[in-house]
Amino acid sequence: MKLLVTFSRKKGRKPIIAQVVRDTGVLINVERAIIDSSEGEALIDVPDDQCQLVRDTMIGLGATVHLLEHGITVKESECVDCGACISICPREVFSLDSDFKLKMAEEKCVLCGKCIEACPQQALMLPL
Amino acid sequence: MHKSIDQINERIRDGTARVVTAEEMPAIVAELGESGALREVDVVTTGTFGAMCSSGAFLNFGHAEPPIRMERIWLNNVEAYGGLAAVDTYIGVTQQSDTLEEQYGGAHVLEDLVAGKSVELRASSRGTDCYPRRTITTDLLLEHFNQAVMCNPRNAYQRYNAASNSTDRVLHTYMGVLLPNCGNVSYSGAGVLNPLSNDPNLRLIGSGVPIFLCGAQGMVIGEGTQHSPAGGFGTLMVTGDLKEMSQDYLRAATMTGYGVTLYVGLGIPLPVLDLDVVRATAVRDEDISVDLLDYGVPSRNRPAFRRVTYAELRSGAVEINGEEVRTSSLSSFRMARQVAEELKHWVEGGKMHLTLPTRLIDSKKPVKPMHQSVQGPRVLDIMDRQVVSIGEGEEITTAAKKLLKGDTNHLPVINNDNILVGIVTTFDVSKAVANPGKAHLVRDIMKKKVITTTPDEAVDIAVQKLEKNNISALPVVDSGHHVIAMLTAIDLGKLFGGRWLK
Repeated sequence: MKLLVTFSRKKGRKPIIAQVVRDTGVLINVERAIIDSSEGEALIDVPDDQCQLVRDTMIGLGATVHLLEHGITVKESECVDCGACISICPREVFSLDSDFKLKMAEEKCVLCGKCIEACPQQALMLPL
Repeated sequence: MHKSIDQINERIRDGTARVVTAEEMPAIVAELGESGALREVDVVTTGTFGAMCSSGAFLNFGHAEPPIRMERIWLNNVEAYGGLAAVDTYIGVTQQSDTLEEQYGGAHVLEDLVAGKSVELRASSRGTDCYPRRTITTDLLLEHFNQAVMCNPRNAYQRYNAASNSTDRVLHTYMGVLLPNCGNVSYSGAGVLNPLSNDPNLRLIGSGVPIFLCGAQGMVIGEGTQHSPAGGFGTLMVTGDLKEMSQDYLRAATMTGYGVTLYVGLGIPLPVLDLDVVRATAVRDEDISVDLLDYGVPSRNRPAFRRVTYAELRSGAVEINGEEVRTSSLSSFRMARQVAEELKHWVEGGKMHLTLPTRLIDSKKPVKPMHQSVQGPRVLDIMDRQVVSIGEGEEITTAAKKLLKGDTNHLPVINNDNILVGIVTTFDVSKAVANPGKAHLVRDIMKKKVITTTPDEAVDIAVQKLEKNNISALPVVDSGHHVIAMLTAIDLGKLFGGRWLK
């Protein structure tokens, strides 16, 4: 499952992700992270059965954690199935099916948003 | 064997015509042979659905009381042409809103009207004896117009070159987002289903021929602007009644960083008269090739990486210099199919009869580039030939002295062979002086990646380099990478000082 973790770095510079990995033993896959001097945001992927454990531990260390159940959202009424998003996506989320209709492998999406500006029909949105 | 257009229309009337799409035709020809296909098939329908920027509509509002001769006209804050009298206008799809810019444009106005939404008309005039009114503001629905006639000067390109980008930055183009270092390939076109690719000799497609245009029954006017069948890039000028169109086949779009355009659904039914038509409509994606161009080169003549077929483009990836690069289509093949299918139902159901062109379109002519009687300014017209440069092995303090004495902020750095290897600015030198550390020599602090220009480059291109890289000077180099001049932001002032503009 994907978790969006945000944390402040003002009170000390705790290595939150590293500490959670050590304390829980869960191998966290960091898919995207933006960390600067004052705050950080990381999108992590963890096995479903250990999601609650990781979440609770992170919250205990002062982070805010959102469970992400959806990838990028496609507005069906706007999408014309051109496929402009396909080659833009770094995770190969989009493809065309045998009827040349756009299909999504939502679980691969890391919500980077690169496809949003590439869509000529403005049919793609972040779910948050 | 030969079939006449009358025989085909008779079968359409009887409901016995065999109609297939251009995508189905190659397999039919392969199975039945050319003569068999000629006997079997009466009509081949084509279709395409993609961005067609050169589109728009003529609108007539009817007269107000008291009447106005509109001189400046806006629809939902998108300016429309005011050079027609008195309540006529033409709105082009790429015209952008004065307030929302690329988020809303002429294409959105047309889509909103077709979708049944109201659009605000705002117009002004000087006022005349016969047209005393000076301003008007009113909300209009499509039904309020006397005429709303789509008239697109350049639609249905026979094929279109594919695009990639060799530079190290993201490009925003009418071919969509092009990732750096050839990170993707973008293409457009329906290939096997494209109307002109199924009639490359323009025997069947010409003036007066009925077409599917955005869900309405439209017509080919004649050759489109920039029609260039000699190179395989024929275009069509087409028209149709906006009031009969469907939002399914008319979609406003925005290419981020480029602007507004309209996705148009267009299809043409082709009568299968003889073996030449059979052969032409048996065309496949594999048979239609285009150049894959480098959009990183800002010139009319962009270099090609290679030639590719629509079959390769549609496969999802093509090879550029030994690397697999993923492809994206800007046009929708699913919608192109839907256009061809819909058109098939029209013909099968007797809703559309076919005609041959009342006037043929030239199938051989090439397109000409613009005749430019005045060359735009080039770098050599304004560059500063006084170059103060410095060797890469010299001390930083020497650089500081040269900057002061040379009255400049940029020092190109050269090696022993006088070849440009870097650049240092006043900022780099000040930083090195303020934070004394290990760096003593120019080569320790210089920027090695130098953006350069050449004497014959257009000033507009050089200006774009300054802007995109957020810098204020470019070394001007010759073919051997020797610095022969500098172009700084100050030199650009010469353009306005009249030294270049005679």
